[in-house]
Amino acid sequence: MAATPGITDAEEAHVPNPVDRSTFTLYVNGTERTLTLDHRTTVLDALREHLGLTGAKKGCDHGQCGACTVLVDGRRANSCLLLAVAQEDAHITTVEGLAEGDRLHPLQRAFLERDALQCGYCTPGQICSAVGMLREAEDGFPSHATPRTALAGEGPAPLGADEIRERMSGNLCRCGAYPRIVDAIEDVAP
Amino acid sequence: MSDSPRALGAPAVRREGRDKVTGTARYAAEHTAPGCLYGWIVPATVPTGRVTAIRTAGALAVPGVHTVLTHDNAPRLKEPDDPILAVLQDDRVPHRGWPVALVLAESLESARAGADAVYVEYATTEHDVVLTGDHPGLYTPKEANGGHPALRERGDAMSAFDAAPVRIDATYTLRGLHNHPMEPHASTARWADGHLTVHDSSQGSTAVRNSLATALGLDRDRITVISEHVGGGFGSKGTPRPQAVLAAMAARHTGHPVQLALPRRYMAAIVGHRAPTLQRVRLGADRDGVLSSVSHEIVTHTSRIKEFVEQAAVPARVMYASPHSRTEHRVAALDVPSPSWMRAPGEASGMYALESAMDELACALGIDPVELRLRNEPRTEPDSGLPFSSRNLTACLSEGARRFGWSDRDPRPAARQEGPRLLGTGVASATYPVLVSKAAASAQAAPDGSYRVGVNATDIGTGARTVLAQIAASVLDTPPDNVTIDIGSSDLPTAPVAGGSSGTASWGSAVHKAATTLVRRLAEHSGPLPPEGIGVTVDTGEETAQEPPYARHAFGAHFAEVAVDSLTGEVRVRRLLGVYAAGRILNSRTARSQFIGGMVMGLGMALTEGSTMDPAFGDFTESDLASYHVPSCADVPDIQAHWLDEDDPHLNPMGSKGIGEIGTVGTAAAIGNAVRHATGARLRELSLTPDKLLPYLP
Repeated sequence: MAATPGITDAEEAHVPNPVDRSTFTLYVNGTERTLTLDHRTTVLDALREHLGLTGAKKGCDHGQCGACTVLVDGRRANSCLLLAVAQEDAHITTVEGLAEGDRLHPLQRAFLERDALQCGYCTPGQICSAVGMLREAEDGFPSHATPRTALAGEGPAPLGADEIRERMSGNLCRCGAYPRIVDAIEDVAP
Repeated sequence: MSDSPRALGAPAVRREGRDKVTGTARYAAEHTAPGCLYGWIVPATVPTGRVTAIRTAGALAVPGVHTVLTHDNAPRLKEPDDPILAVLQDDRVPHRGWPVALVLAESLESARAGADAVYVEYATTEHDVVLTGDHPGLYTPKEANGGHPALRERGDAMSAFDAAPVRIDATYTLRGLHNHPMEPHASTARWADGHLTVHDSSQGSTAVRNSLATALGLDRDRITVISEHVGGGFGSKGTPRPQAVLAAMAARHTGHPVQLALPRRYMAAIVGHRAPTLQRVRLGADRDGVLSSVSHEIVTHTSRIKEFVEQAAVPARVMYASPHSRTEHRVAALDVPSPSWMRAPGEASGMYALESAMDELACALGIDPVELRLRNEPRTEPDSGLPFSSRNLTACLSEGARRFGWSDRDPRPAARQEGPRLLGTGVASATYPVLVSKAAASAQAAPDGSYRVGVNATDIGTGARTVLAQIAASVLDTPPDNVTIDIGSSDLPTAPVAGGSSGTASWGSAVHKAATTLVRRLAEHSGPLPPEGIGVTVDTGEETAQEPPYARHAFGAHFAEVAVDSLTGEVRVRRLLGVYAAGRILNSRTARSQFIGGMVMGLGMALTEGSTMDPAFGDFTESDLASYHVPSCADVPDIQAHWLDEDDPHLNPMGSKGIGEIGTVGTAAAIGNAVRHATGARLRELSLTPDKLLPYLP
């Protein structure tokens, strides 16, 4: 008998099975990437640690801050909450995939011109989120701020400042650049 | 030498902005090298005691785990310059969350699983984590943060208070607050050829380099610390943090590069916090509101391993004229994590109480709160008697009142209603000291007419590169684009941290001097420049050693409009307006962003943020971003920041005061005063959440 049998049990209970891995494909910023990854690897860690794309940021790893926001098949998502293996064949767009060569995406340009950033750590997530948000509005998705009289699905949702603030509230910015972020998005919103 | 007007004050776009919007700017955890090991801290799960056993066999059996460091096998450190850095050196647990082991693995997933499989036994001792106003451990320290004397007395504040015809005696309570920069603290360390290179998320890599040299017993020239891009700090990265020591130690021990980023939930215990304060303010005044007695007494906590005292009574030594004054700090050492700097330590917390008390006095007298402040404007700094180098608080209040539309205000509480919402407005003053430290800088002229300036400044989001280029260009009489700025490495000329709103003053003074010296050298030079150019390196030791015979502070005024939902108790800020007098503003674009950002943090302090010390577990209950609510986009309405032209010749060659913190200082009091105006309820404890307001609503 071990001197402290309970501990031995506890240790054994903690030892996981050998790592499960799979080989699968993600389409990242338009490029086919075949990866063999630990099933526990999130899309965020796949991008940052395996594909060298560190634009998506890790602020909390729990879906609370939005710094990791990317577009998955055109819709915004917290990449820290997605297991990469479950996204097989998905098309993922990160902040690195928004510009066309040297030509910045209109939102990137607006963020620069409006000084809608300070430390820059939330910025890639803010910009990806804004891209996804504008598409959602275009597709008629309502938000908490949408008047109840405006039914979903009847064309694009109009985006005033209150709508933008509400729809962008999944992306935290501790530098407090929100007023400028709203200005920048208003510059680009139709 | 005349400063080029096109450079200083211009709204130059931040230099690294393009890298940030395209995602190419790299932060400390984004330098993964081949063979890199990932670190994961095992935090103590008891509030106080000793580690009696650490069993690592389970962790080492996790596939991918390389090493587990504990106090049993970790390399020995020399005594660090900060006790919080003495990690894995002995078995003591000074507070919950203290690192007791470090797991190193080939992947993040394995490191996390390995940390989960480390089994730690503790012998716990009774813990004491709750601060109370009559805690038996309270003592008066020698100094509070910033080197301020803990106690200052002028005249006889108590007798004058007792004799005053109008008296306010109120106690305000602030819970702990967390900095929570968006980038968690992280370090990537590697050893090569006897040289240690660390990418660290810090507000000053010279300080980190020096601390690592002390802790590791290495010469400073064998260490390079790089903080190229830093995802915010707000004070929490102002002093070296344990992850830098752990990463460096582990890299040396394993021979691999090591990357260590703190999980968000671990930050509250490891990276400092704004300590809770219980603040008693006593104001004695005559019937015209003229103060005869000001007393501000602070009770706060620190940890068992380090004395840090939030200097919340210090602003009362600066703000208002009064013949009698007493300002005191008392502190109790508890089994809690070590508090430290959080944006405007002392000013943000202390001015919440002082400016709330001034509002209470205005209400008691029926005097407009702007007018009350104007009546108590001092001629000289009340505590020191020194003349102010410049003080434009009254102009800020007047200009703010004009812009805000204050003159229309009906002073009666709960008089404005809009459906179920009660509307109100409030005002508060703000102040922040002018600080400056010695810095060195180099300036180089190249034969092609371009310039290169080096200084170990850190850009934590302020736009340091941009404003330093503007300063250099103004002296060199060249477009800022013609000046390359090198910052963010301890191999550059030594410079102090981005903290105390002193970065631009400290680094900028050195850059200004280097550029001025270079201009002189170039004037002496005849003929074409040599291929290597001409360069100079200077420091500001002489300039910063002199104590100027002036009290130097920035001032500001904050105005807030709130709507309080009488059914739910929810407070929404509708408008925030700040007017500042902070010397010369060197970049109107980035300065505005900093002022507004400070106000957003003040809004969080007022309405959403607060940390509770769990008495049973000795833990900050709100330790992640789901429970600790930093303001979100929808919380932040119309915010405006304005400033007055202030020409102060007693500051630095640029004529600037710091702007990074003052935006936070008066915001919480202005919002609290607006809530009182809206509802009639005077709450004296932040944050102003619905549970606190509902009992007072109709």
